[in-house]
Order: sequence, then C-alpha cells, then structure tokens
Amino acid sequence: MLFNLQILIDAPIFNVQLLLNGVTVGAIFALAAYGLALVWGVMNVKNLCQGEFVIMGGYIAYYMYTKGIHPMFALPVAIVLMFMFGWFVYRLVISKVIDRDLFTSLLATFGLAIVLQQALNLIFGPEVVTAESGMANRIILGDVAVQDIRVLSLVVACLLAVAVVVFMKNSRMGQAIRATAQDARAAKVMGIDTDQVYAFTYSLNAAICGAAGVLISMIWVIQPFYGITHSIRAFVIVVAAGLGNLPGVIVAGLGLGVAEQYGGFVLGTDFQQVTVTGLLVVVLVILQILMARHRQVVE
Amino acid sequence: MAIDFSKHTRRGALAVMGVAAAALLTGHAAQAKVEGDTIILGSAISLTGKYSTNGIHAQNGYELAVKRINEMGGVKVDGKSYKLKVVYYDDESTPARGAQLAERLIKQDGVQYMLGPYSSGLTKAIAPISEKYKIPMVEAEGASRSLFTQGYKYLFAVLSTSEQYLASAITLAAEIAEKNGKKPSDVRIAMAFENDPFSQDVRAGVMDDAKKYNMQIVIDDKLPRDLSDMSTTLTKVRAVKPDVLVVSGHSKGAATAARQLAEMKIDTPIVAITHCEAAKIISKFGATTNDILCPTQWAETLSYSGKYFGSAADYDKLFKATYEGYKNVPYQAAQASAAVLVWKDAFERANSLDKDKVRDAIAATDMMTFYGGIKFAPEGNNIAKPMVLRQIQNETLNVVAPSKYASHPVNWPRQVPGS
Amino acid sequence: MNTTSSKIILYVGILAVSIVAPYLFPAYALQLAILWIMILFALTWDAMGGQMGYNSLGNIVFFGVGMYISAVAQIGLYFDVGEYTSAYGAIKVDFDYGQYFTGLTLGVIAAAFGAMVVAVAFGRIVLGLRGPYFAIGTLGVALSAGELLGAWEWVGAGSGISMPVYPGDPDDRSLLFYFMCFAAAAATFFFYRWLYTTRFGLALNAIRDDEEKAEAMGIHTVRYKIVNWAMSAFFLGISGAIYGNMIGFIEPLEVAFPTVTFGIFMVLMALMGGKGTLWGPVVGATLFHIIKEVTWTHLLGWQWVALGMLVIIIVVYFPQGIMGWAHDKWPDFFGIEVEEAPAEDIEEAA
Repeated sequence: MLFNLQILIDAPIFNVQLLLNGVTVGAIFALAAYGLALVWGVMNVKNLCQGEFVIMGGYIAYYMYTKGIHPMFALPVAIVLMFMFGWFVYRLVISKVIDRDLFTSLLATFGLAIVLQQALNLIFGPEVVTAESGMANRIILGDVAVQDIRVLSLVVACLLAVAVVVFMKNSRMGQAIRATAQDARAAKVMGIDTDQVYAFTYSLNAAICGAAGVLISMIWVIQPFYGITHSIRAFVIVVAAGLGNLPGVIVAGLGLGVAEQYGGFVLGTDFQQVTVTGLLVVVLVILQILMARHRQVVE
Repeated sequence: MAIDFSKHTRRGALAVMGVAAAALLTGHAAQAKVEGDTIILGSAISLTGKYSTNGIHAQNGYELAVKRINEMGGVKVDGKSYKLKVVYYDDESTPARGAQLAERLIKQDGVQYMLGPYSSGLTKAIAPISEKYKIPMVEAEGASRSLFTQGYKYLFAVLSTSEQYLASAITLAAEIAEKNGKKPSDVRIAMAFENDPFSQDVRAGVMDDAKKYNMQIVIDDKLPRDLSDMSTTLTKVRAVKPDVLVVSGHSKGAATAARQLAEMKIDTPIVAITHCEAAKIISKFGATTNDILCPTQWAETLSYSGKYFGSAADYDKLFKATYEGYKNVPYQAAQASAAVLVWKDAFERANSLDKDKVRDAIAATDMMTFYGGIKFAPEGNNIAKPMVLRQIQNETLNVVAPSKYASHPVNWPRQVPGS
Repeated sequence: MNTTSSKIILYVGILAVSIVAPYLFPAYALQLAILWIMILFALTWDAMGGQMGYNSLGNIVFFGVGMYISAVAQIGLYFDVGEYTSAYGAIKVDFDYGQYFTGLTLGVIAAAFGAMVVAVAFGRIVLGLRGPYFAIGTLGVALSAGELLGAWEWVGAGSGISMPVYPGDPDDRSLLFYFMCFAAAAATFFFYRWLYTTRFGLALNAIRDDEEKAEAMGIHTVRYKIVNWAMSAFFLGISGAIYGNMIGFIEPLEVAFPTVTFGIFMVLMALMGGKGTLWGPVVGATLFHIIKEVTWTHLLGWQWVALGMLVIIIVVYFPQGIMGWAHDKWPDFFGIEVEEAPAEDIEEAA
C-alpha cells in the first residue's frame, strides 16, 4: 500500500493516468446520477434499478455491435428504446407506488432490478461482454495510455448533459417538470397533467441511463449483474451533491470516478468497489450529522 | 399498519402452514440409486448465476459421455447391462445452495454416485457432504489444492490441481531469463488474482514457484468478483515494469485483462492468463491477444486417445458436431466427459453397484482416455496427466510447454498489441 | 373454547409437529432447519422494519458477522486461525466430540454477543438516518462488510473457511442442527412475543408512528433504536453461527453476506406475511420457503425473474401482507375457512 503511494510520488505521471481514467468514467457516472436526481427530485422515487437501466443500454450497444453496427450508433437507439421501456415500467409499476411510503418505491424498484438483471442473464448469459469501438489507443507523455473512445465518450457525455439542461430550461415539458418538482399540487391546479409529467420524467431518466450504458459498454466491460454497483454509485453521487444541484452532481460524479481509481491503485483493484460503498456510508454519516443539526428544517 | 390478529387469523395461519408443510414433505418421492436398468448419477451444477457458462460446458460434457457410453452398450455389471443417467440440480453458482442440493440428492433422491459441480468453491462446499454420507464423488471442475489436503476418501478429481496452472509459465520465465544471461532470481512477477477459492490457490502455487526460483513479486493485487475494470492494476504494471504478468479470474478476468492489456498497450514480455478458451478472448479481441500464454487442462491437439471417444481430436470433432456454437471445445467439457468415463470403468471393474466397492475401484483407476491418463493419488487428485501451456500465436492456440508436449517454440518477448 | 386454551393448543401443536418432523422425514431435516432460520430472519427483520419502521436492507451483516465470529472462535480454541485458513488448508483437522461441542457452544455465544457489539457500533453510524436513507445506508454497510471480510487474509479471504467437521454420524448431525435452528427460532419468537407486550414494544411502535412526537413524549429514541437493533443482531448472530456450521463451508460473499438473496428474502418474507405483526413474519417465511423449495429447482433459471416479480407484486399489490390482505378483504370467508381447517380437529380432540 505504501509502496503504491510511493509510485505516485516518485512518478507523478501516473497520477495523470488515474485522473484521466477517473474523469472519463466519472462523467458517465454523473450522467446516470443526474437521471436519478431528476426522478428523486421530481417524483420522490428512489430508483434502485438505475444501474440495471445502465446495463440494459450497454447490452443494446453490445447487441448492435454483434450485428456489425458500430456501437456509437447504438446511442440514439438506446435512448429511444430505453425511453419507451421507462414509460412501460412507469405505467406498470412506478405509477402504482408513487404516492406510497418511500420504502415501497425502493423495494419495488429493487424487485425490478432483480427481474431485469436475471432477464438479461437469460438472454445474454453471464459472461462479461464489451462493445468494441475499434478506435485507436495511444500513449501520451511517455507513460499515459489514452483511448480515443474514452475521450469521445467524455465529449458525448458532456453534450448529452448540455442537451438535457437546455431541454429542461426551454421546452414546455421541461418547464412542466420543474414546476411539478417545486410544487406538484400547484402544478396540477395550473393545468399540468402531473401523471404525464411523472411518466415523462421516469422515461427520460431511463433514456439517460441507457445512453450512459452505451458509453460504459465501450470503455469497460459489462455483465448482467453489474447494475447494482452503478445504482450505488448514482446514490452516492446524488446524496453527496444534493437534489437539484447539477454542478454538484457533475463534481461528485467526476470525484467518485477519480476516487475509485485511486482506491483501486493504492489499496488493490478489489477495493475499487468498496471505495464506492464505503463512500456511500461516509456520505450518509455526514448527511446524518447535518440532518441532526437541521432536523426541524429538513423534516 | 399494525393488524390485530384475531384468534381465527392465527388458526388460519396454522392451517396455511400445515398445508404448505405437507406439500413440501410429499413433493418428492425418493428415487433409487438404480432404477430398472439405469444407474443414476447425481450432480449439482451451475445452470444459472455467475458460473453458468462453464457449468453448462460441464453439463454438456457429462451428457455427451453418458450418451456415448449408452450408445456403445452401457455399463456391464455382473452380466447385466445398465444405462447411465444424470440427475441435475441448479446450484445457482452459490456454495450454500450447492451444499443443500448435495444433501437433497443424497438423502431425498437416494443418489449414491455423484459427479462434481463447477468451480473449486462449490466443490469445497459439497465435498464435506458427500464425504459425510460416504458417497463417492468424481469431480472434474474443482482444482483447488486445498481440496486434496483434507484427507477426503470419497473425492476424486480427474483434473490437475491448481498449483500446476501457472507453474510452467514461471518455469518458462526462468528459462528465458537464463537464456538471456540473467539469473532467474532477477525475474520480477506481477500478479492479479480474483478473490475466490480457485484463483487464490493458483496464486499460492505461483508464490511457491517464485520462492523456488527466488523471484521477486512486485505486484500482488486481488481482483473483485464483479470485475469491470482492472486499469489500476495495469497502471501499476506500467509503473513497475515486471518481467511476468499473471492473471487469473475465471472468464471475466481473462476477458477484462485481454481487453485492457491492448487498450493500455502494456508491454510486459510474458503475460499468462487462465481461462482464455472459456472467455473466447481470441474471437473477441483478435490479434491483440497474440503471444498471451494460456494454461490448459487439455488440448485437442494432444496425442491422447482412449476407447470411448478415440483421440482428443475425435472428441473435439464429436463435441462440435453434437453441440452448436462451439468454436473451441473448452477443457471444462472434456474433463467432465472424462469423469463419467471414470464411473463407467469403476462400475465394471468393481462388477458391483455397491458404493463402497465402486469407491475402491475408483481409487484403483489407471486408465488412458482422450483426456489423458487418469490415476488417482491417495488424496484423490489425478497424477497421470500434466497441465500444458499454450500460447496464442497468429490467433491460434499452440502448445509451447512443457517441452515434452510442445509443438511450437515460444514467442518472446510478447509483441505489444497495436505496435 | 376460550382464547387462552386455544393458544396453548396452537403452541403445543406446533411444538409437537416440530419435534416429530425430523424423525418422520429425516431426508428433509436440512430444508426444515433452514425454514426455522428463515422464520428467525423474518422475525428479526420485522422487529426493525415492521415494529419500529426502520426498513433495513443490511440486517444480513449480523448473520455474516456471527458466522465468522463463531468460525474464528471454534477454530481459534485449538488451532492458529491464520494457519488453518492458509491457502492450501495445510492442517488436516479431526475434532473429537469434546472439542467440537465446546467450540460450537462457545462459538454460538460469541457470535450472539459479537453481533450485538457490531450492531451497537453500526447503530451509532446509521440509526440517525431516516427512511430511505437508512435503507440505502444499511445496504451500503452490508455490501462493504462482505467485501472487507473478503480482503482479510487471516480469515481465509475469498477462499473461505472449511468449518470443523462433526465427529459423529451424519444423521445425528442433521438432527442436532435441526434442533439448534428450531430452538433459535422458537426463542426468537417467544422473545418478541413477550417484548411486544411490554412498554418497550409500545415505544418501538411510537417511534414508527412518529419519531418526533415519541421523542417529545420523553422516549429516548436513539437508545431504543440501538437496543432493538442489537437484539435483532443477537438472534441473527446465533443463526449465522448455526448456519455456517450446518453448511460446513463459509466464504464471505455467497455464504456469509448474501445481501441480494437472504438479505432481501428477510424483507420479502416479513412483507409477504404482513409486517408489524407477530405472526405475519412466521407465516410469510413458511410460505415463502415452501414455495421456493417446491418450485425453485423446476423453474430452470426463471426462478430469479419470478422472485423479482414476487417482490414487485407483493410491494405494489399486497403491502399489508397476504394475511393482512386476506383478513381485510374477506373476513367472513377467512373465518369460515378457519373453521374447516384441521385446527378444529385438534380443538375437539382436546
């Protein structure tokens, strides 16, 4: 462990490698987390199948890749398909639990997560898969490996984030979503069909996750059961950033990506995911202290 | 929320429980070990969950051998000819479930002859149970050395044990060092092993070999079971520049390593990865996998042959003709078939269906098969068959070590992907 | 027929069936033993989730902690744990009766109290969280715990530990573990049955119904929450110790901390039966376990999809549990059915 730290001090160039890898995956984490923040903020649904939506997006890219289509073209397909899937899930399950206590939505989406991961397992099998972009890999600064696909996916993630923000600011539906988030009853009185807004929000989230999944399948490997870590990541980011705080989500997402890389480097690769769950606990403890301090305000 | 349970409800509860319990207890009629002219073997195998790909390879191997034996006249015991049949349960790739199902096979289904599950972890969970009931188990997929230090009397394994997986790779590194005028003790090893019973035992084997040559271990990382990224380990590899990199993590370890080695252009001269074939890394990643070393239990190019499947190449052909979608026959399937052959041979030599007599016959096994020689040490592991080391050369697997079996010279140093 | 005597008949009936069952159906002893463990799971979860309103997704931690504490205690009494768990399992071990039972007894006791200590420590960290934050936090703790134990070489890391082997006949062993599981579940049941009649039980309900008001009424909520969690942990620790010995091979992720199987089953069983009731978890666990054992192996891979759907259906359509739902929907029908049930015969016989 100390030896590993020593490497980073003696050869600072490897910090660049970890930061680069961390930021490129962190941007994708942030994307999925933004979807969660949306659903959580607008509908007060804690979506525990967030990670499964991501993995589904990844498998859409993988499927197209096996059919000889470049996985980047899977992006619009995944967005559309996942949007439709989100709508379906909303009508079937989420709309029934939306008014109920918070644990209900948590458990219902957890059940959904189990169904989705097992269904993916039955369809695609349990082996890890990857959608090869076929793009160049290069070495810069002597020792830093850069994959063009990571750079491209970082750009795509940024563009998607911008597109969502513009949509939320300027479109009718975006305004309706924001109005509903602020005060659902008032929005209803003003003639907004909140049920429609909820359905749209949930579907939008699924679409965002699907896009994140397409990107992750090109830079990491995916497997039907990898969703849960992505869900936990989204929760860590949202809880740390707070709801409705887009800059916070981005910073927390990139931070988490980098933290994982450093955790994996210094403590060993098996600690990469423990870093995520560990950070979750830490973030919640901090939150608890804040909550205790401001209990009256929060409740 | 709280519901006031009346007396009626409480009695209703009892009634529901009673009916349900009765359903559980009458659900299964106990089967016999031999039904008519059929000998029943039992196996808990991973048909779902994280080991299911390899579990299904193993099941296909079992089934192919059963089919072949039955077609060729079955098993002759005491003048009577029996057919073989295997009862399977899905252990969901978890040891706790495997242990429960082994108990269920033995006690509820009356199975007296067991075939092993997939993976060392599952075998570790099931072996104490078959041992407890004195039910012989011939297993083909649990290689952990620790399975054979417990003094089990009813556990037999047709495959080579875990410490042999990467032994030839380390020997090879020592030889290459000497050829280049360096000492074997100059060799620096980087290790990345999954945190599961099998891979950790492989690691222990590498540690012993490294000690033998006085080599230095510079990286010793564990990989998580749900591995999706090992770039941090590889970044360390780039930083410390070892001479050898060894990776073991079932199929996902092999796939992740093969991919990220290419992505990060890692230039370690010797890279050895277990489970290359099962992970299909050649068809997935093509030429970037060239010169990776892959230890294997069995190869279709080896010159073994036996009565039931002919040569290794014949087995390969038959397997591909029987099951669709296989480009290479994974050794997991071949060794499963070999385990069924051991049963057949032992029944006939014991000339009895008594499990203890058959157990003694298994212990005395000394046979040649398409899979190689099979002869068990007193601890139960097969000592008549070596592991071989193959190298991916021009996207095909060629045997390069040990020298007795080698068909091609080894390529060194490894060609860096994409250069 | 008054309530008290019918209650006694009920308990005596269950007791009799439970004692006779493993002798009548020895082949099913393990499955029945696991049924008791499931009942214990559902009861301890319900004490937190149902009675106190703290829906934990991480109670499985205490099961795993108990399992490991007992393993270390049992082995550590006679051997060096690090050597015993070293990669090749270098020591070949034969425990005699004395060593085995001393180890097992001490192991179970150590597991129970060790798990309590861990609960108090974790309680300080997570019990201040409310609602979904608590659920996610406990999930995080459970996932981290398995990974951390998996990194600890001294207890065998990912290679796990082969538990000491019972020295006697395998059928005696099944009976031993059956009765240990039965005793643990029965003790848990009667403990909670008593607890829910006390002031402590009422305080738990008060916390569930409105924690702020409960605090305002002078209930020291933090203390109640931690004590309640520690009691759940006590029983879960025992169950972990027994289960580890019964299975014979333990390892961190699949056996000791099965967060997405047992960890979710306990929630599901309590919800299925009806949370916040004493009998609900018992009925839920029994039904769940039996349905699972009968159908599971025949679903060929679809069992997990079915499980997920079961979670959704229960949560969405039967939030009060099968018993509560049936009771609300057709009280008359339910009453009539009860009259026709075998319970009637027992009553008449008495």
